[in-house]
Amino acid sequence: MSRPRSQAEYLARLVPPSAAGLHRRSLLAGAAGAGALLGTGLLAGCGDSDSGSGTDAKSVTLGSNQSDPKPKDVIAKVMDGFKTSSGVTVNINTVDHNTFQENINNYLQGKPDDVFTWFAGYRMRFFAAKGLAGDLSDVWGKLDGYSDAFKKASTGDDGKQYFVPASYYPWAVFYRKSVWQQRGYQVPTTLDQLSALGAQMKKDGLTPIAFADKDGWPAMGTFDILNLRINGYQFHIDLMAGKEAWTSDKVKKVFDTWAGLLPLHQPDALGRTWQEAAQSLQQKKSGMYLLGLFVGQQFSGADLEDLDFFTFPEVDSTIGAKSLDAPIDGYMMARKPKSKDAATKLLTYLGSKDAANVTVKNDPSTLVANSGADTAGYTALQKKAAELVGSATEIAQFLDRDTRPDFASTVIIPALQQFIKNPKDIGGMLTSVENQKKSIFTS
Amino acid sequence: MSDLPLIQADRAVPPPAATTTTGGRGRRLRLLSGTDRVVITLMVLVPLLLVLALVWLPAAATVLLSGTDWDGIGPLGEIDWVGWRNYDDVVNNYPPFVPAVQNNLLWLAALFVVATPLGMFLAVLLDKELRGSRFYQTALYLPVVLSLALVGFIWQLIYSRDQGLLNGVFGGDTDWYGDPHVNIWAVLVAAGWRHVGYVMLLYLAGLKGVDPSLREAAAVDGSSETSTFFRVVFPVMRPINIIVLVVTVIESLRAFDLVWVINKGRNGLELISALVTQNVVGEASRIGFGSALATIMLAVSLIFITVYLWTVMREDKR
Repeated sequence: MSRPRSQAEYLARLVPPSAAGLHRRSLLAGAAGAGALLGTGLLAGCGDSDSGSGTDAKSVTLGSNQSDPKPKDVIAKVMDGFKTSSGVTVNINTVDHNTFQENINNYLQGKPDDVFTWFAGYRMRFFAAKGLAGDLSDVWGKLDGYSDAFKKASTGDDGKQYFVPASYYPWAVFYRKSVWQQRGYQVPTTLDQLSALGAQMKKDGLTPIAFADKDGWPAMGTFDILNLRINGYQFHIDLMAGKEAWTSDKVKKVFDTWAGLLPLHQPDALGRTWQEAAQSLQQKKSGMYLLGLFVGQQFSGADLEDLDFFTFPEVDSTIGAKSLDAPIDGYMMARKPKSKDAATKLLTYLGSKDAANVTVKNDPSTLVANSGADTAGYTALQKKAAELVGSATEIAQFLDRDTRPDFASTVIIPALQQFIKNPKDIGGMLTSVENQKKSIFTS
Repeated sequence: MSDLPLIQADRAVPPPAATTTTGGRGRRLRLLSGTDRVVITLMVLVPLLLVLALVWLPAAATVLLSGTDWDGIGPLGEIDWVGWRNYDDVVNNYPPFVPAVQNNLLWLAALFVVATPLGMFLAVLLDKELRGSRFYQTALYLPVVLSLALVGFIWQLIYSRDQGLLNGVFGGDTDWYGDPHVNIWAVLVAAGWRHVGYVMLLYLAGLKGVDPSLREAAAVDGSSETSTFFRVVFPVMRPINIIVLVVTVIESLRAFDLVWVINKGRNGLELISALVTQNVVGEASRIGFGSALATIMLAVSLIFITVYLWTVMREDKR
């Protein structure tokens, strides 16, 4: 091995050719990415292009966060359906789910696609109130098949509609029918029955309640449902809106109840993803799992048919068990779409029962919002989920969709994780949440 | 040995500045043609503008924004000034801040005390040109080529509590990534794995550049392998040592990717950089608050930069 003449020469020899090639390519990709990032940042300040609304635009763009293969395929099929019915082509810009959410601020202030996927709830109203979304009241004039609850969930603070609902999924307690039949478990309807059932499962060698909170959000579902059951829908929404104090006895009671249930939950939740927790249910190691309907994604074939659920039992008989979390996904329009006509047409189609029918045929893991859709293709699980939501008196959107995003992600997630780690210091945790809440909600 | 200008600061050769003074400033300048002057001006100006626009402007903007409660939406004119409130909140009203500072310090200590010496040691071993040293080099350098995001994913497969390799092989149920007393150490192993390769590479480069006649002379004088390294080779590699030191400090200050991939820097893995991102990037958009955190980080970095520059400049004066 001859001695290299210079440091540079030596360094160049050290890197294997394959790696050197990779490096150059990833460098290029990185540069392109940085360019794109800069682009969005810089464009954000540049205002809107005034391309006007062409009367017979032949194409419209859609920004989609449906980056997983299955939902991506469903979106493509729905857009094909739109093209067949209207002759307008849809250019779909798919962005990774999390990236899409994280960039939404820049995206909407830059040059967003004409139509984009988003969520109902505070998250929608927030951007509508900031003037970053297009008014869809006209589109709603042409839609039918939506209950008042859906219309309410699509309405901004100013009374106009800004959102077209497409699909939704309830949160409930999932279990495997075969396990329950074999052991003779009964669906609990009160908290005491749930605790007794959990104790029995422990005796039988099962983890009573599968639990995961590595990503920070799944535990929000537990908090939501306990707060809804203990304090009712209105208190929950007011608490999310910053109108109630986190230090109140009502919130303390939620955490006290949760602390009582924690021993029934799968231990070490903070290192586990929801997929891993779902698999413990699938492998019959856990007896129950509180999660959204999407838990079915971790099941297939006969296992999926074996999956069943019940709504979280009643805690206080004066409040009952008729409210639940059922987040709605759907579409919004940019504040100044390149072609308003084509965008409106697309949104009208997306809210129609035709679009819903395409989704029903292709996606067994979600429910469509339009009641006019032909739901004969639903699985037993989907039918039951639709019934559950239909019978609900109030529907919440999930904690991080019902409150300020900065509060949910920077305060609530660490606080809930703190509680799961150390359920004894509820008072200190709530005082800290309340202090941070005051600072955030006043800004 | 003309290929080793870095290492031999030969005092016998007069510094180039001396030529300039004896030659006289005026004549030297006239040697440059008009084109030369334009080229030089451009070469200085363009990078300067880029640095100003891409580094100093954002840095100044960050410091300014840290005094506001901007949420990232709307014109700049609507930004409200809140003074020191963000800093007050960071210190007194933000539970993740203190753990983040502690973790950053721990990160620095771990890289400095464990990973860096280990990398040096491996470099010395590899420098012996043992059989198959190419293979070892590639194996040890591999994690440096991988992105930290990928490193995080690889270790996820090893550390997962229910399905991971570690618990699977040893039959334990340690919650490597979820237990806040354990996960920072687990992550430091993953980060160190990568840092060792990096330091090793820098050191190997340095070792290859050491004049072999120095070692021969030491050997002739009867110096042992160890004392040759510590008394001759190590001091000669001063420039590399400084680079390694700086790289270690930088790596621990900008540590971010790994914890972000694992759990977004929460639950025991708080780092200041992750907190900045949590607040600034994403839907949260607490730009003002996040800027306050970033400014604190900038101030901490400045301490290291100042110390470094001070050392280097004092060196030049001597």
